[in-house]
Amino acid sequence: MPDRTRSDYDLCVVGAGPAGLNATVTAGERGLRVALVDVGVQPGGQYWRHPDERFPDTLPQPSATRRHGWREYRDLDARLDALVRGGRVVHLAGRHVWGVHPGRPFLVRATAAGEDADPVVVHARRIVLATGAYDRQLPVPGWTTPGVMAAGGVQALLAGHHVRAGRRVVVAGTGPFLLSVAAGLAEAGAEVVAVCEANALTGWAAHPLRTLQEPGKLVEGAGYVTTLLRHRVPFRTRTVITAVHGTGRVTGATLRRVDRRGRARAGSEERVDADLVALGWGFIPQLELAVGVGAATRVDVDGSLVAVVDDDQRSSVSGVYLAGEVTGVGGAVQSGAEGALAGLTAAADAGRADDPRLRARLRRRIARAHRFAVAMHRASSVPVDWPTWLADDTLVCRCEEVDTGTVRAAVRDLAADDPRDVRVTARPGMGMCQGRMCGFALSCLVSVETAVTPAAADLASLATRPLATPVRLAELAEMADGEEG
Amino acid sequence: MTFRGPAPDAVIVGAGMLGAAVAYFAAAAGMSVIVVERGSIASGTTSRCEGNLLLSDKEVGPELELAHYSQYVWRGELAEHADLWEFEAKGGLVAAASEAQRAGLDALAEHQRSLGIRAEPVEGPAALREIEPAIAPHLLGGVYYPEDAQVQPVLAAHHLLRLARERGAEVRTHLPVTGIRIVGGRAVGVNTPDGAIDAGAVVVCAGPWSGDVARLAGVDLPIRPRRGFVLVTEPIPVTIRHKVYSAEYVENVASSDSGLQVSPVVEGTPSGTVLIGSSRERVGFDAGFSAEAVGRIASAAARLFPVLADVQVMRTYSGFRPYSPDHLPVIGEDARMPGLWHAAGHEGAGIGLSVGTGRLLVQAMRHATPDVSLLPFRPHRFADADAA
Ligand SMILES: Cc1cc2nc3c(=O)[nH]c(=O)nc-3n(C[C@H](O)[C@H](O)[C@H](O)COP(=O)(O)OP(=O)(O)OC[C@H]3O[C@@H](n4cnc5c(N)ncnc54)[C@H](O)[C@@H]3O)c2cc1C
Ligand SMILES: Cc1cc2nc3c(=O)[nH]c(=O)nc-3n(C[C@H](O)[C@H](O)[C@H](O)COP(=O)(O)OP(=O)(O)OC[C@H]3O[C@@H](n4cnc5c(N)ncnc54)[C@H](O)[C@@H]3O)c2cc1C
Repeated sequence: MPDRTRSDYDLCVVGAGPAGLNATVTAGERGLRVALVDVGVQPGGQYWRHPDERFPDTLPQPSATRRHGWREYRDLDARLDALVRGGRVVHLAGRHVWGVHPGRPFLVRATAAGEDADPVVVHARRIVLATGAYDRQLPVPGWTTPGVMAAGGVQALLAGHHVRAGRRVVVAGTGPFLLSVAAGLAEAGAEVVAVCEANALTGWAAHPLRTLQEPGKLVEGAGYVTTLLRHRVPFRTRTVITAVHGTGRVTGATLRRVDRRGRARAGSEERVDADLVALGWGFIPQLELAVGVGAATRVDVDGSLVAVVDDDQRSSVSGVYLAGEVTGVGGAVQSGAEGALAGLTAAADAGRADDPRLRARLRRRIARAHRFAVAMHRASSVPVDWPTWLADDTLVCRCEEVDTGTVRAAVRDLAADDPRDVRVTARPGMGMCQGRMCGFALSCLVSVETAVTPAAADLASLATRPLATPVRLAELAEMADGEEG
Repeated sequence: MTFRGPAPDAVIVGAGMLGAAVAYFAAAAGMSVIVVERGSIASGTTSRCEGNLLLSDKEVGPELELAHYSQYVWRGELAEHADLWEFEAKGGLVAAASEAQRAGLDALAEHQRSLGIRAEPVEGPAALREIEPAIAPHLLGGVYYPEDAQVQPVLAAHHLLRLARERGAEVRTHLPVTGIRIVGGRAVGVNTPDGAIDAGAVVVCAGPWSGDVARLAGVDLPIRPRRGFVLVTEPIPVTIRHKVYSAEYVENVASSDSGLQVSPVVEGTPSGTVLIGSSRERVGFDAGFSAEAVGRIASAAARLFPVLADVQVMRTYSGFRPYSPDHLPVIGEDARMPGLWHAAGHEGAGIGLSVGTGRLLVQAMRHATPDVSLLPFRPHRFADADAA
């Protein structure tokens, strides 16, 4: 058996997005030996996703992929490089961490995500979890038709591969991210038929000062609006997509006006033609590793389960720090600052010199970004009654092909009365993705059927995945020898 | 809020497989019952197990008799509902890796046959592979049990409770029992945060937590958790037709060692995933991941079915078998506390044994002579042993 162990790290950082990169360089520059593990081949995470740097000239550079804070990324990347060359930091790219386990004091187990990587086991004294978030998906009749994509996925194709996923597009959901996706598509030459925002934007207007206090954000938002105006993209509020049409390929969608709770208004149907439907309902923090180590969780303002941290990014578990979207979806600026603070705290807890001024500055930046995020979440919440758009034959879980009617029947006939119970009786979330995709939607649907709001414990039970990603049986068998522990 | 109306005949604590089975047979016999469950239905061990109805792993004695009786109930009185809980008579295959194991299996099988259980010898590796083509070539032979079957336990518990509700039972979930009401030395009901529920009898069906519930009545019931892990693979085309396990499994089931024991139990399911069990260890209610247990299960499974080595495992889970010191469940009224009944402690066989247990317990509650003697399962036997 090959030796997979990497021993004796002061810190292991999981995730190389804005949070993880900042944590790594901050801790590394303060003298800690750091192992940085990430699924991606190159650092950057979701935010700084970019084409493969090994082939720099093969891809065109449409302006749609110009990225905010690109200079910051370049700077972080250079600092990471220096630390790697100096032997302080090892960057274990192309590895998916499937578990963080106790053992002197932590063992981080990762499986190979790509072909040129081996599985690794990292021994570390401290852990930073910066695993980010992924697209929140809500089903709607027709959503499994090819040509329906999550808004984040559409953006990722644009940013990572310069691929425009469609020609005639409707973008729908809620939140400022819709504007970013629509602007990117318009600049890449797509015709954006409409941007449908489920909420009225009076919510934003209600917190103008908070918005102003987050200058980066405001500029970004204004930039998108200019682009959308220039391309004459219609922007509609209190409008949602209640059905997607087409067999084999998307041909169009039905738009409906909705009230505050998301109930469709009678007679408001309108049919539009499109070959791409991009749905953006916010993001879900990737929490399985945090839940797996036993970190305390709570339900955030946007209804997502997030992990709890103190003012210095410590989780409730000694030696485990959390940064970025795992503590609450708040954008790249907040994530980066949290990462730097987590790195600083980990270094200080390991006996390295603290930097009180930097700490104070980071805390202020986080607090400001957080206020903005809370206002944004309040203004762009998922309408509570969205499950009323579902037909009985609308799939909730694609992996196991469980439809809405089956879920409703489990509640009605079998008295399954919480998401966990419905999951084990009707099998939504029991397939390959283990409920990552349908977990949130399922909890909303069950909540509507039972008239009970899901509690943190319900969401935590859906986020409990001892294997954060599938692992080969033979690789698990290697643990039997116990020599790595 | 206090329960209104006439007091029911019984209040059942726990809506796992045992609580569901007792509720079903009680309601079917015309008794009025309320089931009180602190979580949702089947939120305990019943949703963290495998659902095999086995005769093959039982050593000769009262448990085998109960297993046999339960098979008769699953296939008899309950046969009309079999599809609701995905009953499948898939058959079990026990494989031996050494001559010594083979001899042990043969001896057990012979005895089982004398009790009317079908146990067919499988002579040699070729015969083994005829039954299970992907099995490892180094295995020497074994015994085939055509009566071994399987159900989906979560569905079984939900449907039995649904059928009970249709016969008048009431099920109250997300409501913990916090006390047992005792009047004149007799259990007469339970306390909950929603108020008291009085009843003719209190039936403890709290699985591995049964000791805690019994303690509410001041009664010592030595039931402890024995943790087990299960691995679930991605759906694969290779079919494993039966429930297949190695001879050590039978030894481990019967052992009382508190250390980690692992023996592979492998079975395909209708959705294409393969379930791989399992381990046994006594570590309290520690629900944490165990690299050693999971690693050893994986390693043992790959030895039994080498094709599994490259298959992706998508999930692991663990549950707490309700374990009693002599590996026998406690079924019946507690002589130390009239009115307090138990149906608990079925360890790794509670799904299979549930329906026999429920039917026998209700016979006893109605003062009929149970079809199978409940004497070996009497709840106070541990106290007797202490006194002796
Ligand atoms: C398409 C898109 C566009 C966005 N645009 C904007 C914008 O314009 N402005 C803005 O402020 N915000 C934007 N956001 C949000 C922004 O990307 C996030 O706020 C930011 O990336 C969060 O940083 P993070 O470090 O917490 O997580 P991420 O950037 O998501 O990084 C997490 C990293 O962890 C890795 N990872 C996760 N789990 C594991 C594991 N188990 N093992 C190994 N590695 C793992 C992931 O592969 C990823 O590289 C956008 C998000 C998306 C998806
Ligand atoms: C890994 C593993 C594999 C297994 N495989 C099999 C198998 O193949 N075949 C088989 O037959 N058996 C198997 N078993 C064993 C089987 O799962 C158990 O014997 C059975 O589920 C026990 O059912 P129960 O109803 O007694 O307990 P549980 O299902 O645990 O139900 C007890 C219920 O009581 C509730 N409760 C507890 N305290 C209170 C309170 N104070 N108030 C209200 N409610 C309360 C709990 O919430 C719980 O729902 C396996 C077990 C494990 C762990």
